[in-house]
Amino acid sequence: MNIKRLTPARWAASGLLLVVFIVLSLLPTLTQGYLVTLLTDILRYVVLTVGWMIFSGPTNYMSLATAAFYGVGFYIAAVFNGPLPFVAVIIIAGAVSFVMALVVGALTLRLRGVYFAIFTFALTLMVTSVVLEVERVVTGTRGRFVVTESTQTAYYAMLIVTIVTLVMAVLIRRSRYGLALQSIGQYEEAAAHSGINVVLTKVMVFAASAFVMGMAGAIIATRRTYIDPGIAFSLNTSFWPVLMALFGGMGNLVGPVIGAAVFTYLGELLLTRFPDLYMLIFGVVLILAIAFMPRGIVGLAEQVWGKIRGGRGAPA
Amino acid sequence: MVVIRDIIITGLLLGGIFALVSVGLSLQYGVGRVMNVAHGEFIMIGSFVTFWLFGSTIHLDPLVSILITAPLTFVIGWILHATLFRRLMDTSPTLDVFEGKSMLASFGLLYVVQNIARIIWGSQNYQVMYLNRTVTGAQIPLNRLVALGVVIVIGVVFYIFLARTRMGKAIRASSQDPTTAGLMGVNINSVLAVCFGLGVAMAGIAGSLLSTLYAIQTSMGLQYTVIAMIVVVLGGLGSVSGAMIGGVVLGIVSQIVTYFQPTWTLIAYYLVFILLLLVRPKGIMGK
Repeated sequence: MNIKRLTPARWAASGLLLVVFIVLSLLPTLTQGYLVTLLTDILRYVVLTVGWMIFSGPTNYMSLATAAFYGVGFYIAAVFNGPLPFVAVIIIAGAVSFVMALVVGALTLRLRGVYFAIFTFALTLMVTSVVLEVERVVTGTRGRFVVTESTQTAYYAMLIVTIVTLVMAVLIRRSRYGLALQSIGQYEEAAAHSGINVVLTKVMVFAASAFVMGMAGAIIATRRTYIDPGIAFSLNTSFWPVLMALFGGMGNLVGPVIGAAVFTYLGELLLTRFPDLYMLIFGVVLILAIAFMPRGIVGLAEQVWGKIRGGRGAPA
Repeated sequence: MVVIRDIIITGLLLGGIFALVSVGLSLQYGVGRVMNVAHGEFIMIGSFVTFWLFGSTIHLDPLVSILITAPLTFVIGWILHATLFRRLMDTSPTLDVFEGKSMLASFGLLYVVQNIARIIWGSQNYQVMYLNRTVTGAQIPLNRLVALGVVIVIGVVFYIFLARTRMGKAIRASSQDPTTAGLMGVNINSVLAVCFGLGVAMAGIAGSLLSTLYAIQTSMGLQYTVIAMIVVVLGGLGSVSGAMIGGVVLGIVSQIVTYFQPTWTLIAYYLVFILLLLVRPKGIMGK
């Protein structure tokens, strides 16, 4: 387990974290408009990336079903927001995604490696076309309108979900489940033989990660007036968290958070400066990041820091 | 009976196309372990190069343009593997990590290729009008029949290449056991690059043929990637003959479902795919 002594450095880190959260929670009272929207967007990707990492990081099962769980949140918000209070909608969205992930997890137990990735990829596509078909037959329309919430409400909701996600991630990492997940990632048979309930651990953690994804989806949906299956289940939502986690570095939780923040901000910047070249530049950055930063931006920083300090403590 | 006959004929014709779309991906994954999400983008490149040559002043026949698209896409694929994927191979500690990273890198490629194409050709639909008439009593579209013929020729040539040539032997050896193949004097890096190039070239050829059958647009790639993935898993990951069989199976399934309810075709693809992964993940020809 990752229990470390409370050194001064760790006290300082916790203090810094507290300051960051206080600033983040006071922010909407100080400024309005774009910055709050941008932060909501960043927090959304922090939730998705950390949520993805909770399961896929230690186990090496690359899930591409993020968009499916996130999109389900969209549709829950479209159906229930308005008649039900916003808080209830968010929790329902999380619960539905949770149950869905339980089913998917139970179905995919036999699949490993690239098969799991392809399965979850296909699942997202299938959910998209099923929803499209159901809408066509039942409502006769392509998309739906969502009852909106204010920028501030969405921001606070997302901030709370972010904190929930981070706390959950830390708790799972520190608990025996975190250790169990790591051993599953390294050698699944050995993990099973040493008494870990492999099935239960995998499925429950997968479902827990889907829970926060669903909640994030429900919140973001209320910031858009109109949704359709193409928006809700966009494949980008499945791939971006993986890239953000890779870009940041998967060694600890700081990496994905930094990855999500940098990528989202970069995306916004490119989108406003070069709308035509946006996706092209994004693709290039992505390929370069995968090719030249195998341990992510955090790994790179550690390497540079190691060199500055005179080569002592080479990165593990 | 006429209905069944038509379903089988159109299913076979479509299956041939599906097979051609998928063989390249099967090769890339089977030998190189790259689950190339950008596969469909190279089909799109093949289509647009064909369209461009057809519309230009030389008015090149789409079948002849295969002679240009195939080498062109081969070179693109070869360069990609020799630079990007070889680097990923060197930096990845295990094969699993490499599979994950190469899949993501190919997702990046998808963005790059698609957006370069969009900058050049925009987002509207185009169509190459070629052999647009039907033959025989069953009203078989001539262009589809020609496409199926080309698919069969390419399949046979490729089979002979794998079975009889020195390079083909090296490819088969590398797909079975890269380390031992390397010890026997096979230059693994060059074999893998050639394989990836061949896979991309197959996509290019498929694109040339597809441009004569359907309307093409720069965003067409992903749908073919998905079909290729389904077919490749259906036939067995890495099995070239499996991809051929899988293509025909999916083609016939597609025509049966289309006959009853056209809007369910996509759902049926995914359902077949998901059920297959759950029941027999190794695919029809998998070992």
